[in-house]
Amino acid sequence: MNDATLVRKGLFRKKMRAVLLILSILIAFLIFGVLGAFYSVFTAGVDVAAANRLVTVNRINFTMSMPFAYWGRVQQVEGVDNVTHASWFGGYYQEPRNFVQSFAVDPESYLAAYPELVMPEDQRQAFLTNRTCLLVGADLAGQFSWSVGDRIPLLSNIWQKRDGSSSWDFDICAIFDGNEATVPANYAMFHYDYYNEDLAFNNDQIGWMVINTTDPSVNDRVAREIDNLFANSPAETETSTEAAFNQAFLEQFGNIALILVLVIGAAFATILMIVGTTMVMAINERTKEIAVMKTLGFNEGRIFGMVLSESILLSLIGGLIGLGLATLMVTGAAAALAGFLPGLSMPLSVVLVAIALMIGLGLVTGIVPAINATRIRIVEALGKT
Amino acid sequence: MTETGPLYTLKNLSKTYTRGKERIAIFEALDMTISHGEFIAIMGPSGSGKTTLLNLLGGIDRPTSGEVEFEGSRVDNLSPGKLAAWRARHVGFIFQFYNLMPTLSAAQNVELPLLLTKLSGKERKRRVHTALDIVGIADRAGHRPRQLSGGQQQRVAIARAIVADPEVLLCDEPTGDLDRASADEILATLQLLNQEMNKTIIMVTHDPAAAKYARRELFLDKGRFVEKGAGHE
Repeated sequence: MNDATLVRKGLFRKKMRAVLLILSILIAFLIFGVLGAFYSVFTAGVDVAAANRLVTVNRINFTMSMPFAYWGRVQQVEGVDNVTHASWFGGYYQEPRNFVQSFAVDPESYLAAYPELVMPEDQRQAFLTNRTCLLVGADLAGQFSWSVGDRIPLLSNIWQKRDGSSSWDFDICAIFDGNEATVPANYAMFHYDYYNEDLAFNNDQIGWMVINTTDPSVNDRVAREIDNLFANSPAETETSTEAAFNQAFLEQFGNIALILVLVIGAAFATILMIVGTTMVMAINERTKEIAVMKTLGFNEGRIFGMVLSESILLSLIGGLIGLGLATLMVTGAAAALAGFLPGLSMPLSVVLVAIALMIGLGLVTGIVPAINATRIRIVEALGKT
Repeated sequence: MTETGPLYTLKNLSKTYTRGKERIAIFEALDMTISHGEFIAIMGPSGSGKTTLLNLLGGIDRPTSGEVEFEGSRVDNLSPGKLAAWRARHVGFIFQFYNLMPTLSAAQNVELPLLLTKLSGKERKRRVHTALDIVGIADRAGHRPRQLSGGQQQRVAIARAIVADPEVLLCDEPTGDLDRASADEILATLQLLNQEMNKTIIMVTHDPAAAKYARRELFLDKGRFVEKGAGHE
């Protein structure tokens, strides 16, 4: 037996109460873990945004297109190092539930804009030179078991060909991956020319442009000049940094960070009150036992440490089980949502923050009962005067 | 300090309580000496200060004035931490209602004071077994307090009090919650600890039959000690 035994015995003195407290903490950390994992995957784009990359979209809405000619005009702006463009294809493979995030791009400038996309050199050359090539992200290829050499059709639920079909045939000639784990590899891209030449409508239009500036310090000026170029035109533009664009894109779904903070904050505030009050009551019930321990020679520091350890242990048990369940749920969801949210997993950062919260929760809920325990006067507690 | 000197010396000891505006004196200028190996029974009417005296001897209460010396050193002015360490080293407590930890087994209850020592787990286990054996309850080592009778619980409490081998045992009505037969067994055990292991025992009791087990009976009345035979009994 040691102090840890006493802490454990004290915690489970009333088993039902301990189990209910653990359950309430478990639920809070289950919510935290699941929301944290989703938040992390949603904001991955913001995290990997390059400082010198700007994004230009139609001022009305980023889903509106702009003339292809804009691409050439932006290349003339001073401070622009590279400009590429992309158009949303919104494809699927075989049936609509097999969603494939895919874009029509200018291959050479696109790969120049995104140096973090890496692939074997021969595949890179194949993508640049083969008009029907589909460059596929490694995660996406894994999802559909695609490999280089496969010929697949991609269908669009937006675009149509002049012959009435909405299916484009592609040769998978390259598979890319990110140079870091945080770089998404869950989408595909193909030649804009190949897509544009058969389009039944909206020809010679592009979805957005990505601009690499010569230095982040010129971003503001370049953005202003680009938008000024197209002011008062039928398709005015709005240029912002890639990080701001990604953030704005996320906010289409709502302020996820605020929702996360509110939900988790409400859960934790409730748990804090429940656990804190219960811990105070639990220690009050043991006033006499603590007085006996002090009589036997346990000093105030040791009593303080044991009571505080009890609430931290309670928080860690509930929290770690909750986080474990959250990891299982996220892992299950990752398989089901692989097409929509690839890379969904329990990030280490969420685990570390959760553990810090568990310890914090234990400290906050345990500090008052621990102080109360040290203040117990032996003579009074034992009913002696 | 050797055993030839007194174990306890109380000098000019006073203890007063304040209840509202009223000041209640329990003792005024009490002097007392207790030698090693004594078995003292302290009797007296309710409110006479028997338990308060025991608390002062055990260092769980402090006098209003005066001194409590243990083996020649003052203990009434020690810091709370040092006083706790002194209690752990020198004093064993036995309460009327046993005060065992309900979540711990008998053996674990007995082991509690040894957690304050640097003894190995193996040595602690050996000492716990010895203490339980001395009080004749080794066969109940794994039982929780609620699975034991009152007499058995008090035996566990005695084992807890002696396991760290303190010089003195302070017993507050140790048989107050027991039937006669159990009380006699407990008192015989205390007597054995006094005679065979030379433990100094100071016992507060209301029970004249219990007091007869002691070598010396004191009667506390109005803050003064009266030896048995000097007007009481």
